[in-house]
Amino acid sequence: MHLCRRCVSLLLSRPLLSAALQPSTHTLHQRSHHILLQPPVHRLTQRHSRETWTPCGRRNLTDHQAASPDVYNNKTDLAEREAEKHIVPFENLNVHQISNQESLSDMGLDAVVRPSPLQEISEEEAIQIQVPSALPPDSFTLKPYVDQSETLSKLVQLGVNLWELEQRPNVGSMLVRLDFHADVAPKLLFLKDLGVEESKLGTILTKNPFILTESLDNLEARVSYLKTKKFSQESVAVMVSKAPYLLNFSVERLDNRLGFFQKQLGLSAEKTRNVVTRLPKLLCRSLEPIKENLKVCELEFGFRGNEIQHIVTTVPKVLIANKRKLTQIFDFVHNTMDVPHSLIAKFPQVLNAKFLRIKERHLFLEYLGRAQYQPSQPNYISLDRLVFLPDDVFCSDVALATLEDFERFQKTL
Amino acid sequence: MTTKAARLFRRMDGLFAVYKPQGVHWKLIRDTIESNLLKELNSCPPPAPQLAVKFQLLSSGENNGSKDLILSPSMLPSLANHPLVKGPQFHKVHVGVGHRLDAFSSGVLVLGVGKGNYVLEHLCKSHVTRDYTLEGEFGRATDDFSHTTRVIEKTTYDHVTQDKLERVLAMIQGANQKALITYSQMDLRTQEAYELAVKGLLYPHGKSPPILTGLRCIHFNPPHFTLEVQCVNETQKYLRKLIHEVGLELRSSAVCSGVRRTRDGPFKAENALTRQHWTADCIIQAIAHFRKTTRKIRKSGMYRQTDGQLNSSAKIQEQIRSEIGQSDQEHVELTSPTFDRIVDRVAPGTG
Repeated sequence: MHLCRRCVSLLLSRPLLSAALQPSTHTLHQRSHHILLQPPVHRLTQRHSRETWTPCGRRNLTDHQAASPDVYNNKTDLAEREAEKHIVPFENLNVHQISNQESLSDMGLDAVVRPSPLQEISEEEAIQIQVPSALPPDSFTLKPYVDQSETLSKLVQLGVNLWELEQRPNVGSMLVRLDFHADVAPKLLFLKDLGVEESKLGTILTKNPFILTESLDNLEARVSYLKTKKFSQESVAVMVSKAPYLLNFSVERLDNRLGFFQKQLGLSAEKTRNVVTRLPKLLCRSLEPIKENLKVCELEFGFRGNEIQHIVTTVPKVLIANKRKLTQIFDFVHNTMDVPHSLIAKFPQVLNAKFLRIKERHLFLEYLGRAQYQPSQPNYISLDRLVFLPDDVFCSDVALATLEDFERFQKTL
Repeated sequence: MTTKAARLFRRMDGLFAVYKPQGVHWKLIRDTIESNLLKELNSCPPPAPQLAVKFQLLSSGENNGSKDLILSPSMLPSLANHPLVKGPQFHKVHVGVGHRLDAFSSGVLVLGVGKGNYVLEHLCKSHVTRDYTLEGEFGRATDDFSHTTRVIEKTTYDHVTQDKLERVLAMIQGANQKALITYSQMDLRTQEAYELAVKGLLYPHGKSPPILTGLRCIHFNPPHFTLEVQCVNETQKYLRKLIHEVGLELRSSAVCSGVRRTRDGPFKAENALTRQHWTADCIIQAIAHFRKTTRKIRKSGMYRQTDGQLNSSAKIQEQIRSEIGQSDQEHVELTSPTFDRIVDRVAPGTG
């Protein structure tokens, strides 16, 4: 096998150039191609330069400065070193010329002596030419970098959905820039020490990749704050896996939220802790919709203070539910089905159910003449049984009809 | 090489009908069904990971010469095609909606998936009629004719009898029949027009205002009454307005408390999927069930497109007519003869 010099220069021209030109601007890039390269190489580099110009559309995951340290340094340095080691002195000189091109001006380039592209090289030399993999300098996806970058491949093995992450602005280039041993591993160990299950790590990082860029001291401060508020170790772990953004909020903010819930709802510390552990999203969200929902419960629905407390402690989700949907359900249950406030407060799960489900079932029962929601009367049907049984059980136990009848009834609505 | 997901995707091409509940926008239904189908498609196992050749450097201890570095090629699965990196296999399933139903009304809503959308176009262009059941209530008038909005006026309805109501309905139907003949753009003195009219195959040609081809009262219990309507080119608002006008004609006023579509062309309420059955499995079954109907609609649509060479296709149309006549016998018995034909009328000028 005889490789000729031309092929070698072809193979090496791409990564070397991109390595050398990394900090330079596009225009310099373009110009240097034309200046530095000899005619035989020209065709390929033309293509290369076009590649670098085209993707200015949506997002450049890795602009020139943003190329990951490990991907870029490892690969291109290696390529450069290889080239310096094994290539005949002429080529070596050329490499230096190119890599130092920033200081070069236009003059003097023509004077560089290049080996003939047709010069034959020995087989041993040919074997030792490493063809570096072609990493695009910028890309729309993380796909080309996954195999090369240690961080990304480790994250994939953890179960992080990179595709979902790269849809979000700036997350892709952030991930590429991370170093596994310096940035990622300590955070993973921290989460592991916290008691988060290993299988949940992937989903947590998919939800909140920014935990990787947060400093470790901050994370520890927040966890210790939660512990001073007498959250147990397990509950902190559960909260973090349920609401991954929890640890990205400052201590003041967390303190503010916890104080708000305790004061606004008038709950004891124990109950507040219980509510927050069950729905840790409450600490991450904005407080305005929560205040609004509380007002809706109080003024629009007419629940009393202790009833609201009971509703919130049993179904915390009422606080972050859609106001319009809550109103729709309450309106139907209270005004159409004639269920008093006390019963709704007793079975607050009904506020968390689907409106269509409640409506269809109520109308079916009414059609059958068994819509009876007063506990004092016979054939009482509790709201719980109305809403939370699956369809077949509901038909057989509550409505005493067949499932086909129920479906046929649905088609008359 | 087709994967399981691709086969599943192909089986989804076609039309089916769902039963739209009241108070839900049709866009929400379309999106729900699209996401259900996508979830099912993407839950199929991904294709086997691609292998990439990698050269691993083996340090050869015994050969101490630095020139003898051994590169051993090996096939390793490349992470670049891992499903977590590449994303889901399917990003979009095209789900199209046939004749729309507004949020207030409920009933049969025809949806097309994938290539079924082309057939859906044919269905929308063809002059199939649709059945509606309208619930009315005397005594009130509101600003958008439905029973929930602001009341404009209240009236008495003691004088309304079923007899009077039917007289008004007959009058409305007569006016619509006249409009139908006008919009069919047919010379009534020709033999062809006579034959079509006898068979009840007259249809409005091109664009036309809403036309009722059948109208009767099926339930009368004042203040509540129920009408059954067959119509073309209608909107649900027009039907609600119809109730309002019936009320005015009876020297009273009426609001519409429900619009329910029981049939859209060949799609009937019995085979429509209710809310619980909007899963991929049920949808695929329903599509398979309607495959025959879909094919007929596509054929008739294509005949209409090649209207120019209709001399020969008139016979084929006759054939299809008789086929459909057989398949939809029970419907023809139930209602007036002037409906339920997928086949378009042959334009006399081109024939």
